[in-house]
Amino acid sequence: MNLHAVCAIYRFEMARAGRTLMQSIISPVISTSLYFVVFGAAIGSRIPETHGISYGAFLVPGLIMLSLLTQSIANASFGIYFPKFTGTIYELLSAPVSYLELVVSYVGAAATKSVILGLIILATAGLFVPLQVAHPLWMLLFLVLTSVTFSLFGFIIGIWADGFEKLQIIPLLIITPLTFLGGSFYSIDILPPFWQTAALFNPVVYLISGFRWSFYGIADVSVGISLVMTIGFLALFTAIVAWIFKTGYRIKA
Amino acid sequence: MQPIITISNLSKSYASGFQALKGVNLEIRRGEIFALLGPNGAGKTTLISTICGIVNPSEGQILVDGHDIVTDYRAARSMIGLVPQELTTDAFESVWATVSFSRGLFGKRKNPAYIEEVLKALSLWDKKDNRIMTLSGGMKRRVLIAKALSHEPSILFLDEPTAGVDVELRQDMWQLVRSLQARGVTIILTTHYIDEAEEMADRIGVIRKGEIILVDEKAELMRKLGKKQLTLQLEAPLESIPSELGGYELDLANGRSELVYTYDAQGERSGILALLQALNAAGIRFKDLQTTQSSLEDIFVSLVRERK
Repeated sequence: MNLHAVCAIYRFEMARAGRTLMQSIISPVISTSLYFVVFGAAIGSRIPETHGISYGAFLVPGLIMLSLLTQSIANASFGIYFPKFTGTIYELLSAPVSYLELVVSYVGAAATKSVILGLIILATAGLFVPLQVAHPLWMLLFLVLTSVTFSLFGFIIGIWADGFEKLQIIPLLIITPLTFLGGSFYSIDILPPFWQTAALFNPVVYLISGFRWSFYGIADVSVGISLVMTIGFLALFTAIVAWIFKTGYRIKA
Repeated sequence: MQPIITISNLSKSYASGFQALKGVNLEIRRGEIFALLGPNGAGKTTLISTICGIVNPSEGQILVDGHDIVTDYRAARSMIGLVPQELTTDAFESVWATVSFSRGLFGKRKNPAYIEEVLKALSLWDKKDNRIMTLSGGMKRRVLIAKALSHEPSILFLDEPTAGVDVELRQDMWQLVRSLQARGVTIILTTHYIDEAEEMADRIGVIRKGEIILVDEKAELMRKLGKKQLTLQLEAPLESIPSELGGYELDLANGRSELVYTYDAQGERSGILALLQALNAAGIRFKDLQTTQSSLEDIFVSLVRERK
């Protein structure tokens, strides 16, 4: 194991976040605050409580998930796409580094940033609504698992992308809609029966539901299924990454 | 002595079907400066990229100090520093950060004193906190060299190190290469500039269309180059070279109407005067004469054309 290399890449990626503090941390915090002001305070005050929880508080897990998914993907995809774009990937390929080490360091750094971001949003939310976390360990587990899983997904997108447009397209066209429709802003049992069934095909529903359960003990689907789904995604993306490196897909001629 | 790099029967075909390398066999000796010459698209960069692990070989084997580059890539790659042809650098990093990053990436413990030494040797020390994007092209080239040297490699690849570089940096670079060689580093450089190969290299290899068509000691090549030819246009064709001229390296050309004398211009005596006297004595008259000298460039061009 080339630990020096793992540390070097990890530090490099974390330093990049430090340089781009504005995009990495401050902008998600601002946009989350806006959600709370608009949906929590302005509109939320007219929405009845869901399962005995104020609408503002109900939003917290969904909003954290929304940021977690989009930021994990954005961070990890950019982290590996940029060296490809500038050509500095030559150095990664010529270094005595295994593929596993590359993934661990890039995905590790992206996931770390997401976890920190999630916690910052949680703290920000605390300024607007009274927070309660019923199952803190489960909450952390879902936070970390989701960050790692979607950083892996971002890593895959970063390798697949051959232009900046492609880097954006999956988060914009797939992840954001799925998250919005996945119960970030509502409990799926308020949907008409047909859409409730349709929603069960949306993988993000399981992520949000499990995460919300760790806060309030209420869930759209059982927490066990949520966990299995999360780990299932983790396994799927890990398998794709393994295949990418085995074949050298889009990295190595 | 065991060669430091042994390339056996190496071929590379890209997915497009283009065959960039065809059965390359090459040995690089420990501690030498090897210049790889070849026209654009000949396969120089593919060859280097394959040795360094950036491109997968399609066939054949490469050993770096006995380590197979595929099965034992960690040991092989740890020994190698690569300065790529393109100026591919991070934009927003500082010089210090990017060079330190490279050292870590190659599995070496931090050593600020060594990085300082490298940066000073490359006149980068006063730029160490500058962002790379603010540096000039020449400075970026130096940064790439510093990155390649950051992990104390014993083999250094320089892919066209002096393309688009000013005279001063070129001189600096040559000096640096020599001082690295003095420390025992093996250096492989590719270049279009024949004078550079002439100046620097111990051995020269010529690659064309993915094939190595010549590998020779530079001194040996220079000896071939050092040869000049004196062509005498005779008044009357000769049947054969008279026996009294047997001591000279002579050939008949152009329908036996020209006598060509090949001699070593670097030798102490060319023997021209003696030859002319001998010709006179033998009664051979000539109308005109001319001398020609082939340069490394001529040899290179003819080699490269020959096989089209």
